Amino acid sequence: MSRALAILVRNPLSLLGLILVATVVLSAVFADVIAPFPTHRGAVVDFANFNKAPEWPYIFGTDLVGRDVFSRILYAYRISLILGVVVLAIAVPIGVTIGLAAGYLGGWTEYVLMRITDVFLSIPPLVLAMSMMGLLQPTLTNGMIAVTAMWWPWYTRLVYNLARSEKEEGYVLAAEVIGASKLHVMFREILPNCVPSILTKMTLDFGFVILIASSLSFLGLGVQPPTPDLGSMVAEGAKYLPDSWWLTIFPGLAILVAVFGFNLIGDALREILGTEQ
Amino acid sequence: MSAPTLRIRDLRLGFKSWSGTFDVLHGISLHIGKGERVALVGESGSGKSVTARIVLGLLQTLRSAKISGLVEFEGRDLAKLSEAERRALRGTRMSMIFQDPTSSLNPVYRISTQFHEVLQRANPRIEPAESRARAEKALADVSIADPARVLDSYPFQLSGGMNQRVMIAMALANEPSLLIADEPGTALDVTVQAQTLRLMREQVERHHASVLFISHNLGVVREFADRVYVIYKGRIAEQGPTAALFDNPRHPYTQALLRAVPRMTGDGIPEIEDASESYFAPTVIHDGYGEPEGVA
Repeated sequence: MSRALAILVRNPLSLLGLILVATVVLSAVFADVIAPFPTHRGAVVDFANFNKAPEWPYIFGTDLVGRDVFSRILYAYRISLILGVVVLAIAVPIGVTIGLAAGYLGGWTEYVLMRITDVFLSIPPLVLAMSMMGLLQPTLTNGMIAVTAMWWPWYTRLVYNLARSEKEEGYVLAAEVIGASKLHVMFREILPNCVPSILTKMTLDFGFVILIASSLSFLGLGVQPPTPDLGSMVAEGAKYLPDSWWLTIFPGLAILVAVFGFNLIGDALREILGTEQ
Repeated sequence: MSAPTLRIRDLRLGFKSWSGTFDVLHGISLHIGKGERVALVGESGSGKSVTARIVLGLLQTLRSAKISGLVEFEGRDLAKLSEAERRALRGTRMSMIFQDPTSSLNPVYRISTQFHEVLQRANPRIEPAESRARAEKALADVSIADPARVLDSYPFQLSGGMNQRVMIAMALANEPSLLIADEPGTALDVTVQAQTLRLMREQVERHHASVLFISHNLGVVREFADRVYVIYKGRIAEQGPTAALFDNPRHPYTQALLRAVPRMTGDGIPEIEDASESYFAPTVIHDGYGEPEGVA
C-alpha cells in the first residue's frame, strides 16, 4: 500500500491526479466550511448582486438570481461524489456477480446472462438513461437508478472475460478437487484474482459517472433546481454565453477537474496493479 | 478380500459435439488395492487425465460427457452417489496433486489460509490455531525446514519444489485413502522432481494412502509404482508388475514406448512409428496380474 502511494507520488501525472481528486473530495466534504455563502446551495435570491463577473467575494461570479457560483460548485461536487459512489456501489456488485456466474458456470447460464448483458450494451448509454428518465420522475434517486442500469453491463463483460481465463487456472481445479462449492470457487478463488482489474476500472469510471450524470442534468433530466448540479449549471449558463461566461466556464472546469483527476489516478492504478489490457 | 480402494470396470467415455460423439475411453478396467501404488502410463491424449477426473467425479457434471461403466470407490458406485456425496468425498477421502504446483495454489492467499481451507473440509469447525499447528507439523513432515515462514508466504514467493511439497502436505492432510497424482512435478526440474517423488513415496507409505500415479515419464514410474497399466488411445495395452513390465514388455505399444526413452549409450533415438495397427493389439496381462473376479 505504501509502495503504491510512493509510485503515485513519484509520477508527475498521477501526482496531479491525486491533487485534483483530493481537491474535489475535500471541497465536497468541507463545503460547509469553505463555501463563502453556504445558503446559496438552495433557493436564495439576491437581486442586489445578480449576474456579477468574478470579483471579491464572488470569486467565480454570481448567477442570474445573485447566488455565488463558487459556493454552488462546492455543493454540486457533493452531489456528484455521492452519485458516483452510490452508482458504483450498486452497479459493480451486480455486474461482477453476473459476470462471475456467466464466466464460471458456463452453459445455459452463460448464454442467457450474456445475451441480456449484450442487449443493455447495444443501447447507447445516454439514450438508455434518457429513456429511463423519461419514464421516471427526474430526481436525484431516479438519476442514480438510470445511470446504474447503464453501468453494470460493462462490469459483467470485464469480469466475464477474466473469469473465463481464471477458471482454466490450476488453483480453480485444485479447489474443485478438494470439494469446494461453486459459490466458493466463484467468490473466494476467482473473484480475488479479478479485483485489480475491477478496482482500476472503478477509478476510471468514477469520473465518467460524474460526466454522464452531468450530461443528464444538462439535458434537464437529472438533479432538479434549486439543488446545485454541475451539468445543469453549465446548461443554464450556456444561454448567456459569451457575456456571462463565468456561469458556464467555472462549472465546466469543475467537471473537467474531477473527471481528469479520476482518470489520471485510474491510469496510474492500472500500471501499479499491472492490469494493462 | 475386502473391496479395493478403486475399481474401474469397462469404463467408456465419449464427448458429444455437433459432429457426433467423440470416443475417448474404450473400456478401461483397472483396480487399486489398499496402500498400492499404481501407475497409469501413456502418451498425451491417451485418456489418462480424463480417467482421473472421472474418479474425482468432476466429469460427471459435464453435460457433453457420456460415461458408462463402473467406477467403485471403497466399494461405493460413484454413479449411484449424488453430486453432493461425490463432492463430500473430494478433499477428504480422495485428493489430487497436479503437474504445476505453483499455479495450483491461489496467488492471492497465503499458504496458511489455503491449508486452513483444506483442513476445514474434514473438520468445518477447526480453529485457526489448531489448523496452523497441524499445518506446521504436516509441512515439517515433508522436510520443510521453516514451516512458519512458508505458511506466512504467498505461493509466488516460494520455489516450485517448495510449492510441490506444500501440495503434497495438503493432499495428505486429511488422510485420504486415494491420492491421484497427475504428472506430479512435470513442471519442475529433474533433480527437484526426484527429491519430491522420494518424499511423496515416504509420505503415502506413512499415511497408508493408495496412489493412482498418472505419468508419461517411464523412469519416474519405474521408481514409484508397484504395478503399471499402459494406456493407448483409450484402451489398456498392457498391465503387470513394474519390474516384469519394464524388463519384458510384451505389447507392441509398450515396447515402442520403452524404446522411445533416450539412452546415454547407443545410436540416439530410434525410429518409432507414431501409430501402428499393432498398437491396438489385445491387452497383454501378465500372469497373476489380471483384474480380480475375472472381469476384464
